[in-house]
Amino acid sequence: MGLYWSVLTVLALLAITAPAAILFGFGGATAARSRFAPLRWVGKGYISIVRGVPDIAFFLFFVIALDQLFEWARHSVFCPDWDQPIRQGNDFVVCAAAKLPLSSSPQWVHETYGFFLAILTFALVFGAFTANVLFGAMRAVPRAQIETAEAYGMSERQAFWRIMVPQMWVYALPGLSNLWMVLIKATPLLFLLGVEDIVYWARELGGTKTPQFTDYPHGDWRMWYFFALLVFYLLFTKFSEVVLDRVMKSLTKGQATTGGEAQRKAPA
Amino acid sequence: MSCWETIADYSLRSQGIGERLLPRSDFTLCQQFTLIGSGMIWNIYFGVVALFGGFFLATLVALGKAARSPWLRKPSEWFIFIFRGSPLFIQFFFAYFLFLSLKGALPIFAPFTAAWLGALVVLFLNTAAYSGEIFYGALQSIPKGDVEAADAYGISGVSRFRRIVWPTMLRLAWPAYTNEAIFLFHATTLVFFSGFPASRQMGDALYYASYFADKTFNPFIPYPILAGYFILLTLVVIGLFGAINKRLNRHLPQKQRRKIRLRPNLIR
Repeated sequence: MGLYWSVLTVLALLAITAPAAILFGFGGATAARSRFAPLRWVGKGYISIVRGVPDIAFFLFFVIALDQLFEWARHSVFCPDWDQPIRQGNDFVVCAAAKLPLSSSPQWVHETYGFFLAILTFALVFGAFTANVLFGAMRAVPRAQIETAEAYGMSERQAFWRIMVPQMWVYALPGLSNLWMVLIKATPLLFLLGVEDIVYWARELGGTKTPQFTDYPHGDWRMWYFFALLVFYLLFTKFSEVVLDRVMKSLTKGQATTGGEAQRKAPA
Repeated sequence: MSCWETIADYSLRSQGIGERLLPRSDFTLCQQFTLIGSGMIWNIYFGVVALFGGFFLATLVALGKAARSPWLRKPSEWFIFIFRGSPLFIQFFFAYFLFLSLKGALPIFAPFTAAWLGALVVLFLNTAAYSGEIFYGALQSIPKGDVEAADAYGISGVSRFRRIVWPTMLRLAWPAYTNEAIFLFHATTLVFFSGFPASRQMGDALYYASYFADKTFNPFIPYPILAGYFILLTLVVIGLFGAINKRLNRHLPQKQRRKIRLRPNLIR
């Protein structure tokens, strides 16, 4: 059973992370474009710091860091009269009421919390990459389009939401689809974050070293489980490629790009 | 214990030279810097050897993909698709268990189950596929005039490839190839987190960083140290590749020379 759940876990992670990362990215990109300097620094800092540092180090770092951040925040709210320091040598100590999840809560809450942290980490990291793509895409929207909007008397906000945002997706899509492929390939890292995903199960199921069952009818099957995973990812990648191609085609329709022109001329 | 003693004890720890036991308590900053730095030896080893070997295979694969004969083209296309379409993480796992079961059948494969060779093979094939795709793209965008001029001078066959096509291909591919190199160094951190075991705690930089993070519950020291080391490594790579880029482009007028734009990316 656990195996099927784990496949769902991976798919759920993709389904939740992708929109969340786009939200983060959109926020980051608009912040980086902002005219208000501190906001711009925050946006640019977010993009460049997350992009500059090696990948999985970030995944390992964020999970612990976010967990401690949440616990520390709850700690300062719930137990204001706690007088001991939080860092006691090598230990991170918060009062019992601030523990996340509460030690009394059932198992599924612990698992969901782990999954939630994983999603947040993925969204933060991929958000930075998305922000970079969207930032570029917003600049790629022809200046004339914005000028026309201004000429029609649209305010800056209207021009942004009605002209820029609908048009930027065409320019962003190649980058975004690239990111999507990377995101698919990043999902096995869930295993590192302690979520019981498919890598975990492939190791568990195929292994013969479980002491109780030394007389397995078969040898070491982990190789085949990982082979299955490999094929699963390859198929998933191929499928995404086909779908994204379609999306690109429908998005270019009527756009002022060479792709759009080609589509317009094709039937004639 | 002074810092010099720590460096003497642990600076080659990742190669199994020096103190046998890792520090267990009262971690100093010096210990963390030394051990994580010592782990970088593995990262550099994997990166340099895989990159060097992968370069030649990548050229072959790119030529294969650009070939007219389907007997050459199809295998190259599949090679690139398989290694680019699946997560490196899963490739490591699969390779490890593949080598493990091969070892059962043929004892020749025994060294392949160790990280120094097994993981190296995976990284080598992986980077060959990624750079092969980059080189293929560059091959496709070699200016028609260059090849026609070569034909006009009566240069053909192998010498045309060696003297005209190949240098131009490298010149065009170099900025993207630089990113691939950086990316590969980042990817080396995955080795000891996949199937390959770190024998006698001889691991890479991330292995030690996570060791410290586990022991101290404080990710805010080891991971930034790791990040610092990687940023230094990235700067060195950029410097070296930039020098090569300069040499490749030395015949061009100042303006046309293409600068390398750094675009670090994450998980492959």
